Amino acid sequence: MSHPRVTGVGLTPFGEHSERTGRDLFAEAGLAALDDSGVDPDDVEALFYGNFMGELAEHQGHQAPLMAEAVGLDVPATRYEAACASSGAAVREAVRHLRSGEADVILVGGSERMTNIGTAGATDALSIAADDLYEIRAGMTFPGAYALMARAYFREFGGSREDLAAVAVKNHDHALPNEHAQLRKEITVEDALGAPMVADPLGLYDACPITDGASAAVLTSAEYAAEHGLGASVAVTGTGQGGDNLALHDRENLARSPAASEAAEEAYADAGVAPDDVDIAEVHDCFTIAEVLAIESLGLCEPGEGIAAARDGKTHATGETPVNLSGGLKAKGHPVGATGVAQVVSLTKVLEGESAWADDVGDARVGVAHNAGGTVASATVHVLEVVA
Amino acid sequence: MSDKARDGAFDDWLDAIEDDSGYYVECENGHGWLPPRRVCPDCGSRDLSETPLPDAGEVATFTEVSVATPQFSADTPYVTAIVDYGPVRVTGLLRGADPDDVDVGMPVGIGVGERETTGDRAVVFRPR
Repeated sequence: MSHPRVTGVGLTPFGEHSERTGRDLFAEAGLAALDDSGVDPDDVEALFYGNFMGELAEHQGHQAPLMAEAVGLDVPATRYEAACASSGAAVREAVRHLRSGEADVILVGGSERMTNIGTAGATDALSIAADDLYEIRAGMTFPGAYALMARAYFREFGGSREDLAAVAVKNHDHALPNEHAQLRKEITVEDALGAPMVADPLGLYDACPITDGASAAVLTSAEYAAEHGLGASVAVTGTGQGGDNLALHDRENLARSPAASEAAEEAYADAGVAPDDVDIAEVHDCFTIAEVLAIESLGLCEPGEGIAAARDGKTHATGETPVNLSGGLKAKGHPVGATGVAQVVSLTKVLEGESAWADDVGDARVGVAHNAGGTVASATVHVLEVVA
Repeated sequence: MSDKARDGAFDDWLDAIEDDSGYYVECENGHGWLPPRRVCPDCGSRDLSETPLPDAGEVATFTEVSVATPQFSADTPYVTAIVDYGPVRVTGLLRGADPDDVDVGMPVGIGVGERETTGDRAVVFRPR
């Protein structure tokens, strides 16, 4: 099978851009990706675009054609929505189209405008990834849902708020050299433990910030990249997706994320790799506990062992399997619909050797991206490899 | 409150809980769900029957929410819990206990209360 190549990537700075419209954010990222790729824009055949809360944040549905227009493309454009895994789902569909020969050049991306509606507005908008009747009406918030999972995890496997704080400290450290990151600030375990509670046992420093931003990547068939001398060295070699009951209470185990495990197994089999082959990972750490669940689902740790990984240094840039070298959602920021593609952008840069952490991970050949929606009722996993 | 249409099976279910006759739907393989369900997501069975909700459940996990949505702003802080009723679990507000005294395994009964912020009905658990 010939694997689609990542030929160009683009990001806006992630942060508070409350007065910038979604279309302007996406135009910046999309044009940057097109310029980076060297692809003739006339060759782009489609836009696959991720966005979650556009109706609530900007009163704007039907965003995909608007975003295609914003980057100067007159192509079929479709929005993918899978809560926080929206653009991970867009990447997956692009990969499948490119592999099947349906297309040779696809622009994938996502954007989200969030800070313009304030903390309460964003909390409300994020909550609708849960079951409105049976969860939201019982006071479930997005941090609340992960707090329910964190307490269940502690109960089943042990662990403490200190262990979770170590995840936040690590990801803040990773974000320091990332010019696109929202929170470039060193923190300590004590800072995290002393921060105000959001939903116990999760405090403010266990949560990703509210973020405006956009991401984009040009994916092409291997044949197109070769014919046009694009020299793209990174390919998407595996894709997987998993699903689960929407409501957390309907899951068999409240301390696991089986949809991500299914996505990982499918993506690894697709790429012909095993968890031991993974050199680096970008995972969906919307909350510190989410990174713990993610690395267990990816098979980087056994169930119950993920809680100690950051504390023990295993997932730091200098450790065995660096996780979230970009700073993750936690410190890089989480413009929801942009996150899945932003993970692909970050992995591509590291695998191409363009990373502030290159001295630590310069020989990385296999990266994995884990993008999760809601309490992981949706999950996509992609394997990226250096192929040239 | 706006003049909204009822959410059929959900509001019927709340009505039943208010009448102390709460139920869930169960397939012949013992998988329990909250209504409405036409098919069991676990086994595909379409033979679902209403089964009485046990008198008391046990707290499976809980959180005290300090940062809420605007629809719960006046309720903050409040406790949301997932309660285990055997074949089915239910999410609701947990009232009538100091958050520091709530623990996993705590037995609770189910009822219906009002959201302080909006007056909307909500599932409310109380210690047994």
